[in-house]
Amino acid sequence: MPIEAIVLGGADERDLTQLSEYRAVGGYDALTKARAMEPDAVVEEILTSNLRGRGGAFFATGRKASFIPKPGQNPNPVYLTVNADESEPGTFKDREIMLRVPHRLIEGCLITAHAIASTNVFIYLRGEYLDCFEVVRAALEEVHGEGLLGGVTIVVHRGAGAYICGEETALLESLEGKRGQPRSKPPFPAISGLYASPTLINNVETIATVPPIIQRGGAWYAGLGVENSTGTRVFSLSGNVVRGGNYELPLGTSLFELVYDHGGGIPEDRKLKAIIPGGSSVPVLGADEIHRRLDYDSMAEAGTMLGSGAVIVIDERCCMVQLGLRVAQFYMHESCGKCTPCREGTRWMVQLLHKLEDGRASQGELDLLLDVCDRILGKCLCPLGDAAAMPIASYVDKFREEFQEHIDAGRCPFGGESSLEGLFAPVDQHTHDPVAQVPA
Amino acid sequence: MSLEDEVRALGTQYPQSRSAVLPALRLAQERYGWLPPEAFREVAGGLDLTPAYCQAVASFYDMYHLKPIGRHLVEVCTNISCGLVGAQAVLEAFEAELGIHPGETTEDGGVTLRTIECAGGCGWGTVVSVDHRYREPVKPEHVPAIVEELRSAD
Repeated sequence: MPIEAIVLGGADERDLTQLSEYRAVGGYDALTKARAMEPDAVVEEILTSNLRGRGGAFFATGRKASFIPKPGQNPNPVYLTVNADESEPGTFKDREIMLRVPHRLIEGCLITAHAIASTNVFIYLRGEYLDCFEVVRAALEEVHGEGLLGGVTIVVHRGAGAYICGEETALLESLEGKRGQPRSKPPFPAISGLYASPTLINNVETIATVPPIIQRGGAWYAGLGVENSTGTRVFSLSGNVVRGGNYELPLGTSLFELVYDHGGGIPEDRKLKAIIPGGSSVPVLGADEIHRRLDYDSMAEAGTMLGSGAVIVIDERCCMVQLGLRVAQFYMHESCGKCTPCREGTRWMVQLLHKLEDGRASQGELDLLLDVCDRILGKCLCPLGDAAAMPIASYVDKFREEFQEHIDAGRCPFGGESSLEGLFAPVDQHTHDPVAQVPA
Repeated sequence: MSLEDEVRALGTQYPQSRSAVLPALRLAQERYGWLPPEAFREVAGGLDLTPAYCQAVASFYDMYHLKPIGRHLVEVCTNISCGLVGAQAVLEAFEAELGIHPGETTEDGGVTLRTIECAGGCGWGTVVSVDHRYREPVKPEHVPAIVEELRSAD
């Protein structure tokens, strides 16, 4: 049986960026249906679907919406904010959703706004996604022209290059015109979010899943996928794979099916070494775990997470110490600097991994690396610190022999032949203040 | 309309005008090519903030240029997905073709080269952003034509 796409459904056959085409496949019918329903009934339908947040945290979407105070319970306006700051390395699904089915996102915004009695929607879009900005803005103009907004304003707010702004409270700070540094919680955004008002924050894919749920019913959606992980997911497949790209598949699909059946396997029949199943911040899986299923429980059982649905395939040519160094460099660069374990810890991890890669590290420094990871885990203001520590600790755990070889031999065993060779110290090359020199 | 007036108009899109700092800085950067001191004064003036505040915000985000850059900007993603499929070779091809290192601008002020973190095109690596438009996938052999295109655009 062919796999039915829910979020990207219809986009292969038609140009769904056009309102008329989207309407031809039943677009905005769910909005009409939702507006005829009581707001609570819309939330109830989402609860029934068991939809869980697609940004990475996998929190129950209906429950999150139910935390928003009802009209009259809070004097402040209610805001809906869409997290379109997709920046987790390996992830490019929201970009495709915005480029190909912008109206499904907008319809989801309008339905969700109705469900929480909000008239103000902000789409916080990562600054680099210029193409998405243009497509979503054009779609919004069409929707406005057709009078579908129903008194709701939707503002597309562009970020300016900061991974941390994908963290919900950093996003709110940024949207308020500040440096994107996370807030301490509680209070949670549902009570005190944007401008200290109740705010619901949902990922692009989550919001774009809402119209089909309303149209076809929460029970229908709950029947897709597997228990605890209902529905489909748009998986971003990248790395050493023949056909990289986005694949919308039911949750519970095996990694093997995604990588080999859909992705065409590894180029030149090279050997699989490792797989990152949910973006660079999650623990790695070894080649022997290729038959694991992509759902919440199966990933937890394997000691990792589904994260943002970004599956990165790594073949045998990759040095895991180099991989760790490059991942650590990313988190060091993106650390906002607000809390100490993350600000200092990520920097320390980079230094230790550099020494390991260069063959200058002592045995004690490998232990120290794990110790630094341990002192970051669970001790930071936001998940960024964990996002750096979890993968690094997992690389050491699963590929300990390779790390040990670097110490014993006093050099990288790949001898300059690793697929990531030379890809270091990039942080010096793209700091906030590029060292660009223009002659007078 | 002066930049300050345009910034003021941006501020009215939001419940609180300070929210417009990011779009206002982008507007100013489009005007000047980078963010010189007068840009911060104008953005601050339009949003009733101080220039120091606006500069503090700008310095947090990678897309704002606090120093002048070239007429064209080439940004090569070197995060892991692109790295695994040869981003370093693409970067080195740009270095060779332009005669500069990342973070530098060519002598004629034509092109600034820099690396960026994950751009969100991982399945089609290596992603190169040329004047904010993605090229994907870019292989080292594509680089000379891209550089030639930029040179002839001037």
